[in-house]
Amino acid sequence: MELKENRSKLYIEGVKAGIPIGLGYFAVAFSLGIAARDYGFNAFQGFIASLFTYASAGQYIGFSLYAANGTLLTLIVLTAITNLRYILMGFALNQGMPAGTPLGTRMLVGTCITDEIFSVTIARPGIPTPWFTFGALLTAAPMWAAGTAVGISMGSILPARIVSALSVALFGMFIASIIPPARKDRAVAFAIAVSFACSYACEHVPGIKDFSSGTRLTILAIGISALFAVIMPRADEEDKKLEELEELGETDGEVRSEN
Amino acid sequence: MKTNIYLYIFVMAFTTWCMRVIPSLIMKKPIENRFAKSFLYYVPYVTLAIMTFPAIVQATDQPLAGAAALVAGILAAWFGANLFSVASICCITVLLLEFLL
Repeated sequence: MELKENRSKLYIEGVKAGIPIGLGYFAVAFSLGIAARDYGFNAFQGFIASLFTYASAGQYIGFSLYAANGTLLTLIVLTAITNLRYILMGFALNQGMPAGTPLGTRMLVGTCITDEIFSVTIARPGIPTPWFTFGALLTAAPMWAAGTAVGISMGSILPARIVSALSVALFGMFIASIIPPARKDRAVAFAIAVSFACSYACEHVPGIKDFSSGTRLTILAIGISALFAVIMPRADEEDKKLEELEELGETDGEVRSEN
Repeated sequence: MKTNIYLYIFVMAFTTWCMRVIPSLIMKKPIENRFAKSFLYYVPYVTLAIMTFPAIVQATDQPLAGAAALVAGILAAWFGANLFSVASICCITVLLLEFLL
């Protein structure tokens, strides 16, 4: 359990991680807002939908279902399927918390899960803590909501060039989360290469390419992770060694970024 | 008849939240099973990799600019750039290339 004075430090660390995430969110939410407007949402409705849901693909599906007069049951089923990866991420985060972690702490960390907050929480050394995740979420989610509202009300005022450039910020953050571990662990590098290839292939395979991106993501994530768990399982001792390496590496990275 | 939009938003937000906390309700201690442990170890990297490619190439007006951003981002991250630097390098790469192309 962290000391009290550490909590504000952890929170600020979360805020710092949340700023680039929020900037990327703003750009992506902007394009989500343009879609939401077409589906009949006004800026206020888009704002609260984004503020409380903070899930990109899931929201897109929800918005389009509303326009298509989908029932609430359809909405529940499709939202659950599209966001199935959050369950996987939730298990991965809980895996990092020792036995005896209070249920409240576990639930608060789970509440903060988005693709990006999950990745910065996983990349961070030490046990996942709600102080860090809330710092990130409370910084990034309002920007996600603001981006949606601005996208709905301003539509296409921003120059296309700026929108195009901003749209890769989010992917830059993904890359920054997966490359350093790939450098340390060849199995991870291999898994990433296979993921790239399968993800690309699935966009072109008849049948699979018609699934929603959330569904495709879930199927691929389960399939490839299971494959690697079988062909390149992690040995327990290797586990410990890697964790040590990871901690050393991350500390280096932190010092660098603060200088 | 159209469902009330606020009820719709509430159901969407609540369902999404449930997906986030279900594992917290089930798990009380770290999983010991080797397969499950390995599986959970790979999930985050695989998930993020799938989300990145080929989406990054499709996100930009010019696919080539997106591809260049991917390469620039990987190189920057490999040589130790932090999260914000990598994201900025990707954006600048696209801005410059789309200006030139």
